[in-house]
Amino acid sequence: MLKEIIFIIIGSVFVNNFVLSRFLGNCPFLGVSSKTETAIGMGMATTFVLTMTAVAAYFIQNYILAPFGLDAFLQIVSFILVIASLVQLVEMAVLKISPPLYNAFGIYLPLITTNCIVLAVALLIPSKSYNLIESIAFGLGAGLGFTLALALMAGIREDLEFADVPEALKGPAIVFITAGLLAMIFLGFTGLVPL
Amino acid sequence: MANLVVLAMISMGGLGLVLGSGLVLASKKFAVETDPRVDEVLAALPGANCGACGYPGCSGLAKAIVEGKAPVGACVVGGPKVAAKIAEIMGVNPEGETKDKKVARVLCRGNVNNAKFKSEYFGIKTCRAASLVNGGPKACTFACIGFGDCEKVCPVGAIRMSEDGLPVINEEKCTGCGLCVKACPKMVIALSPIKNEVHVRCRATMKGKDTKDVCKVGCIACKQCEKVCPFDAIHVVNNVAVIDYEKCRNCMLCVEKCPTKIITAKFDKRKKAEITDACIGCTICAKNCPVNAITGEVKKKHEVNKDLCIGCSICAEKCPKKAITMTRE
Repeated sequence: MLKEIIFIIIGSVFVNNFVLSRFLGNCPFLGVSSKTETAIGMGMATTFVLTMTAVAAYFIQNYILAPFGLDAFLQIVSFILVIASLVQLVEMAVLKISPPLYNAFGIYLPLITTNCIVLAVALLIPSKSYNLIESIAFGLGAGLGFTLALALMAGIREDLEFADVPEALKGPAIVFITAGLLAMIFLGFTGLVPL
Repeated sequence: MANLVVLAMISMGGLGLVLGSGLVLASKKFAVETDPRVDEVLAALPGANCGACGYPGCSGLAKAIVEGKAPVGACVVGGPKVAAKIAEIMGVNPEGETKDKKVARVLCRGNVNNAKFKSEYFGIKTCRAASLVNGGPKACTFACIGFGDCEKVCPVGAIRMSEDGLPVINEEKCTGCGLCVKACPKMVIALSPIKNEVHVRCRATMKGKDTKDVCKVGCIACKQCEKVCPFDAIHVVNNVAVIDYEKCRNCMLCVEKCPTKIITAKFDKRKKAEITDACIGCTICAKNCPVNAITGEVKKKHEVNKDLCIGCSICAEKCPKKAITMTRE
């Protein structure tokens, strides 16, 4: 049991990193990764949303949708409902706890609702038939992987500010190239755990 | 089938209710205290979100005013009325910031008839894009390009592009917010105090002959204006006439003298001095008049020659009895 949990976490953080291997959640990945503090903050917020969503997805799928045969067409709707409410909750919490962080996030905080990673985790849990513990681990792993990718990109971008980037590549261009290189690096983790 | 639909409605509705009530509870627990004055100030502001105050939208300014970071008169578009309302909300006296209201003026007369074109422009029809192509399609690099970036950015609709290719600014509507000044890539529009009526409508620093080659009406730096000005308010600097708005008294003598008519003013705004019966005949006005328009004997009421009077108001200022009034004809 514990082995499965560890495999799931390592799987979603390194081998199948949601940002760098599955190419989901690129918008906040590129939008919030200019400063390390903001990046880690966003990672934490998304991890919270992801873990709660994983739990909610498990319960909704197994107690509401599947027993009544609704899961074919109501999965997306109900998951989005839950995700949106959770993000609202996180917004309120962040505004209360740290207004400067709230301002730093700007529009990207409510955009966690549309972060593909969150919906992907919610939809993958029924399809992989995880139990509750495995679902939590999956959500947690996804969030940690996202945070890792964001933190790496933020660190690199902070140094890129002082690098001699060619004029034509300055701005989004060099960031995308860096993201591609990071994705190639993470390919090296293939086969680390049996999936 | 219907069973499924009913089940779906009940389950989703129930889910929505549960989540909704959860959020309501959370909003109570996580309530952030906002100053109610922020909402009141926001209601008093015009709501155009033009950003001329320098803050992100009207809500940004409302927050800044309540925090004390911005003055109550920061909204230029709202003007004195809004400033007074906000001052009332904040419980302070409104500062007299509206004395020197500035309006935007166009410093170019190179319309399609006057200005030469050096090229034909095919491209995005905005001034900023056209200015990147060799400085614009007109031969004069200081000229207005005429695609109306200023018209588009004005939040109160005070600028209109006329058929001859130059913007026309309605000084009644203009609030002096300065957005058009920033939008113009040639810096053809500039803000000046509303009381100044005389303007040099050219910024071309080429030598007079070169200016004449590219525009029929551009300033040729002949210095006639400089010579005739009684107040030392206009000088030719870098081959173009420049008015010192602090010194200019709207006498419009330079407007009369300018051979290309590049200095403009509305003559019907010129004032004329009139001496009332309070005059004691001290002759101070006659001595200070730069055009010798006042005549009169000592201790007798003096008289202003309306044809010579240029409306500079020096006599009115100097009169110890305040016996001189400046009126528009």
